[in-house]
Amino acid sequence: MIWNEKMETMAAQDLKNIQSDRLKSIVKYVYDNCPAYTKKIDNHGIKPADINTIDDIKKLPFTIKEDLRDSYPFGLFSQPIKQLKEIHVSSGTTGNPTVVGYTKDDLKLWSEVMARAIACAGGVPGDMIQIAYGYGLFTGGLGFHYGALEMGLTIIPCSSGQTKRQLKIMTDLKPRILACTPSYSLYMAEEAREMGLNPRASSWEIGIFGAEPWSEAMRKEIEATWDMEATDVFGMSEIIGPGVAQECLQKNGMHIFSDVFYPEVIDLQTGKEARPGESGELVITTLTKQGIPLLRYKTRDIVSITYEKCACGRTSPRISKIKGRTDDMIIVRGINVFPSQIEHVLLSIEGTQPHYQLVVDRKTGELDELEVMVEVDEKIFSDEVKKLRALEEKIRDEIESVLGVMVKVRLVEPKTIPRSEGKAKRVVDKRTL
Amino acid sequence: MKITQISIFLENRKGRLFDVCSLLGQKKINIRALNIAETEEFGILRIVVDKPADAVKALKENGFVAHLTDIVAVEVADHPGGLAEILKILNENNVNIEYMYGFVERSADKALLVFRFDDPDKAISVLTENKIKIIGSKDIGGL
Repeated sequence: MIWNEKMETMAAQDLKNIQSDRLKSIVKYVYDNCPAYTKKIDNHGIKPADINTIDDIKKLPFTIKEDLRDSYPFGLFSQPIKQLKEIHVSSGTTGNPTVVGYTKDDLKLWSEVMARAIACAGGVPGDMIQIAYGYGLFTGGLGFHYGALEMGLTIIPCSSGQTKRQLKIMTDLKPRILACTPSYSLYMAEEAREMGLNPRASSWEIGIFGAEPWSEAMRKEIEATWDMEATDVFGMSEIIGPGVAQECLQKNGMHIFSDVFYPEVIDLQTGKEARPGESGELVITTLTKQGIPLLRYKTRDIVSITYEKCACGRTSPRISKIKGRTDDMIIVRGINVFPSQIEHVLLSIEGTQPHYQLVVDRKTGELDELEVMVEVDEKIFSDEVKKLRALEEKIRDEIESVLGVMVKVRLVEPKTIPRSEGKAKRVVDKRTL
Repeated sequence: MKITQISIFLENRKGRLFDVCSLLGQKKINIRALNIAETEEFGILRIVVDKPADAVKALKENGFVAHLTDIVAVEVADHPGGLAEILKILNENNVNIEYMYGFVERSADKALLVFRFDDPDKAISVLTENKIKIIGSKDIGGL
């Protein structure tokens, strides 16, 4: 089913008219309500009155991640904090975390787009959904929760982890939909086999997988393993959380809900709009958000976009799977990890920054493993094993508390981390996604 | 009274111990005592050599992380209970041993052990009071 028939199948020109109206209002709204944006727009030499149609979006300045961090915690908000009903916080990259907040209307918007997403994946009212994304400050769990509530599904709010219990719940309660990271679904399959269960006999018919990159090969593996339809969901907390875009059962790109999240794909070389089908950085403008609307937010995700009508009937454009990043962020078990976060921890422990490297690997049927290799130097070396062990543990604990993801720390000899042109390669991703 | 030990960080990789020993051999440095503390991923090689300053220089030039540590070399009677006598003295005087190991060779009727104490000065005074012979660094070369 198509959850919002009117918005999701609208003729191109009608959609454009709505986008134009909404852009015009949102630019005026942030200009009037958010001093940081007033300044940004003034500095760019334009006025809200210059924005009349959606094509005028090119006149607007970009918003970048640093704008959020520099205005921590509430500087980019357009509403008084009292108007926020919910706040989510993501781990900081180099210091300040990113804070996003939702007004009552924003929560309605989130529910709406997530209902669209679940329907897009094949869910219908009355279905039972097992939500195995983390609940809490991470937007995954609650985003699905609100969408499922809106749609009238029966929710099992499992959150992440406790795999045996997840499988027992699935076996006994027979939910039709599973929502989690794609790698966790494969991890659960291994566990299921160990428990003597046949994954192909599971009750799950639809999987809505996201929060980390995955490939067509992995989709095939998941679908064969669980005998289900595996679909991709896309989102980020700065825009709304999950629910920015979702694959339909054609599995040929993710429908981006462009009446509310207007996408542009910007060529990395020219800084101009990339042609449909060509890769570039995804830039999103939130057309209707109230709490923290963002104009032309650079997501750092590299995608391509197509405006061709989809066989499912939806007219919204489709973005490709994420092809890469414009920065060095990696996603480990659904958690965004920046090498700079690790740098910060090492700096805080040692006072100097030793050479280090992150190695991410994912063995078949297992979760991502993140290993942090740290070169031992004169300062941190000790002749006692217990002191080096304690150092390893301290680094591990600090990194885990900053990242919220488990890591293994390994001390290595100096100069063993390869350097290219004097600069060490910070990330080695061995995963075959 | 204290002697100098060199400790070297080694990854648990094939050939690393050989690399250290062959480097010291080339530099005509003789290893008098040796010990390895190992974990799954790394080891700490601890050695006593005849020319510690030269050894550390050579090691650092070749990219090894090496530290100098003060240790105490003690003569132990080479008969049953010999070590226990010394440990008893240390124990009664609350001297903590971080680790210890034996010398590579010793031809006389005394064995030679090196101790890494958390407080080497206290250990030396306790051992001296109890008439335990401590070997100084100048004796090491002639052992």
